[in-house]
Amino acid sequence: MLECGKGRVVGVNGNMLTVEFDTKVTQNEVAYAVAGDVRLKSEVIRVRGNRADLQVFESTASLKVGDPVEFTGDLLSVDLGPGLLTKVYDGLQNPLNELAEQTGFFLKRGVYLPALDTAAKWDFTPIAKIGDKLKAGDKIGSVPEGIFKHYIMLPFSFHGEWEIVSVNQPGAYAVNDVIATVKSTSGEMKNLTMVQKWPVKIPIKCYKEKILPEKTLITQQRIIDTLFPVAVGGTFCTPGPFGAGKTVLQHALSKFAEADIVIIAACGERAGEVVEILREFPHLEDPKTGKSLMERSIIICNTSSMPVAAREASVYTAVTLAEYYRQMGLNCLLLADSTSRWAQALREMSGRLEEIPGEEAFPAYLESLIAGFYERAGLVKLFDGASGSITIGGSVSPAGGNFEEPVTQATLKVVGAFLGLSRERSDARRFPAIHPLDSWSHYKSVVSDDKLRKARQTLKRGTEVNQMMKVIGEEGTNIDDFQIYLKSEFLDYVYLQQNTFDRVDGATSEERQRYVFDKVLKVIDTKFSFEDKDKARRFFLELRQNFTEWNYMEFQGEKFKKQEAAIEAKIKERSTNA
Amino acid sequence: MRKVYHRIIQIAGNVITVEAENVGYNELAEVKSSRGVSLAQVIRLQDNKVFLQVFAGSRGISTGDEVRFLQQPMKVSASENLLGRIFTGAGVPRDGRAPLQDDMIDIGGPSVNPAKRIIPKKMIRTGIPMIDVFNTLVESQKIPVFSIAGEPYNKLLARIAMQAEVDVIILGGMGLKYDDYLFFKNTLDEQGALSRSVMFIHTASDPVVECLLVPDMALAVAESFALKKKRVLVLLTDMTNFADAMKEIAITMEQIPSNRGYPGDLYSQLASRYEKAVDFDEAGSITILATTTMPGDDVTHPIPDNTGYITEGQFYLRGGRIEPFGSLSRLKQQVNGHTRSDHRAIMDTMIRLFADYRETLEKQSMGFQMSTWDSKLLKYGALFESRMMDLSVNIPLEEALDLGWKTLAECFDKTETGIKSDLVEQFWPIK
Repeated sequence: MLECGKGRVVGVNGNMLTVEFDTKVTQNEVAYAVAGDVRLKSEVIRVRGNRADLQVFESTASLKVGDPVEFTGDLLSVDLGPGLLTKVYDGLQNPLNELAEQTGFFLKRGVYLPALDTAAKWDFTPIAKIGDKLKAGDKIGSVPEGIFKHYIMLPFSFHGEWEIVSVNQPGAYAVNDVIATVKSTSGEMKNLTMVQKWPVKIPIKCYKEKILPEKTLITQQRIIDTLFPVAVGGTFCTPGPFGAGKTVLQHALSKFAEADIVIIAACGERAGEVVEILREFPHLEDPKTGKSLMERSIIICNTSSMPVAAREASVYTAVTLAEYYRQMGLNCLLLADSTSRWAQALREMSGRLEEIPGEEAFPAYLESLIAGFYERAGLVKLFDGASGSITIGGSVSPAGGNFEEPVTQATLKVVGAFLGLSRERSDARRFPAIHPLDSWSHYKSVVSDDKLRKARQTLKRGTEVNQMMKVIGEEGTNIDDFQIYLKSEFLDYVYLQQNTFDRVDGATSEERQRYVFDKVLKVIDTKFSFEDKDKARRFFLELRQNFTEWNYMEFQGEKFKKQEAAIEAKIKERSTNA
Repeated sequence: MRKVYHRIIQIAGNVITVEAENVGYNELAEVKSSRGVSLAQVIRLQDNKVFLQVFAGSRGISTGDEVRFLQQPMKVSASENLLGRIFTGAGVPRDGRAPLQDDMIDIGGPSVNPAKRIIPKKMIRTGIPMIDVFNTLVESQKIPVFSIAGEPYNKLLARIAMQAEVDVIILGGMGLKYDDYLFFKNTLDEQGALSRSVMFIHTASDPVVECLLVPDMALAVAESFALKKKRVLVLLTDMTNFADAMKEIAITMEQIPSNRGYPGDLYSQLASRYEKAVDFDEAGSITILATTTMPGDDVTHPIPDNTGYITEGQFYLRGGRIEPFGSLSRLKQQVNGHTRSDHRAIMDTMIRLFADYRETLEKQSMGFQMSTWDSKLLKYGALFESRMMDLSVNIPLEEALDLGWKTLAECFDKTETGIKSDLVEQFWPIK
């Protein structure tokens, strides 16, 4: 790198600095403002004449006009290499557990630690041979990382073809040991370690092409997989007012979704919720591998009281880590909770920059930033023919629970599925509180389209009857309509609602979903006869009870089969079908 | 030694501007005017201009007044001597006793490392069935009381504070009516709790800037006690006044407002205070109980709305009672499984039946026929309101659960409650 610029502080306003510089600065480069003996990390976000505006990722207290600023010339980057999994980072990739060891209870400002453990040794096995010509993203070797084969690739930032001059023998190396030397076509030599850097705000594009996501991502949540499915490599959002269960839903997804890697970006939300993940995940078993859930997870945690600018960076940090693992041919699920807090961080900064505000004072470029973020999801075909994917699910916290606000609207434009959580359903304790009529998805369900249509129809008709009954009373409703209403309530209760906290009911496999859904449809298709409405209600209550208990039983177990027989008998009781 | 500046070049709202050098951001200064000496804090630096927020307000400040920088940020004493004392938002004693200078700490300190937090698991008993049974308060929880002006929220706060088993009570009053201040003081005194309390009081007639300091002062002190392994309860009333004070300053500083005039960082500002609630790994804890009066009883107003996204639930106080619907303790699952085996069943069943009662009430008001089931519900609803919801009820959790069983037995058959049969066997009262 060239020699780096210096500057001096000429203004402080909240977490924004105005800096006068004498050489040159790059937009989005990292700089350090020096306040006494601490160096505060910051990022250039605007340049005007010989002055630059910097957002500081820390508290700016005690900074003075005239304090020196050191520019680095590097964009805000993360370290990519073995050892990322199981880590808990802040928005700037500082490992929080290691920080706690050094600084105790509080996050001391100006303390930055290496993201990867520099002492740990990894068993390196070379793949590339001397004389091989590699492009960015091509594999040099691999190391085992937990349950995965972690590929060491030619850094994504390398242009053109590079020839392997030397590569290490199999053996144990630390991340910063040189493992290979490469030479460019112009003769430039470079030593490679197992770590590479990548600027977080730029997507990694070392793949052949993006392909259309078609496969359903099994989340084991019935209402999602069946009614509003998400695709592997797709995007979805879960907006909802406070208390509607956004975070509980995200936690359920992070536990049960069938992805290789799960990255959780806790962005500007409660610390308590992250603590639950931090303390629980190591003890939870990943049903797929039998190992701890932590082994497939990375947690980026920039909670609401941590510095705002780092909150903005945290979603980019998370998606960059996801892209890195995608390059190894893995399927990553990125859960961001909540993107509204990220948008608010943008708004705060925009306000300090005195930009002309858009709707609700959000910056005018909010939409393109949100679109840019979700577009980093996708299913890609890599150069070696393998495929990898990133699925992004963002929760949105709309002000007042009103979906008409800018963040929700901008998000809806770019996602493939909308899982809208409703206050009405959460008040009625119907969880997950995804609204069955307002939500939508463009992706393929685990059940066939005509079955799905039937279920949707029932829910819609049931709601209509219910509304009618509120006006004319139960006594004015005819028994056939009443039956439709009861059937839609039945479908809602036994299929759409799910108890996340139960071991069995909390996760329903794809196979089981199809099986149970068919049974539910059978009830909906059956025409029952009842003498009066009370009898009808009682019948459905009992049937519902049978089904709910069924949901809590191990699939195809002894009890499950017995209960199924009981359900069949119950259906026969009142059935008028031949 | 320290330089004194004599040229105030701008006075706008409570913010004054002086030309000065070598001044740190967030540093304190003393402004000496004909009205006396006031503290002021640096809120912006721009070239050689320093913007100061004057705690006592800018009224009566002249362009020729003296400004002296203290070269340190706002601090508060964290010594044991604080207990039993009353201060203003700026930390000046309100009780006529000597100011404290020992063990000074910064206010508004850094965030707790999430890795050093633990999952809260200790229940705080309040003797109020609507809280203990239905929305259990948990140590280290941050929870506001949502209500409107005129509701007895300060009484509720004081009552919980008196009954909670905590080591230290810290009261942060913002925009308090003088009567309310006296009410808190007298209540603490009568119950003998004054000696384990610290009060930071900003009354409605005090300068608005001091209001902004109250939560930071109260929470900084709370933090220092918690680190000494104390269980601290912080009462903040009323956070709406705090948010409004922030709005006032933001508008004066010509910041672009985001929603109904509130600054764009309202969420972050509220969060950085509420997030001080913590259960430390191997130290004490901070529980925050706040009040938020909802302007126009509108929960979608920016203040309650942002608060709801930050806090771990809320209590709705309406008509002098804690509403079962809308009220929520997000942490109750952490504790109500370990109290008594019937706790969760009673909680779910009673609320479900009460929801049915509300529906029946609606049906009744529309003139629909009442079935026998409906009349059972009507009886149950009335009993529930008087035995559980009335705020004058003061019984321990176990008694409240027994009363719940009694109420159910008086109104319904065993099967109608839908409670699992083994619990019914064990707890159903024998007539």
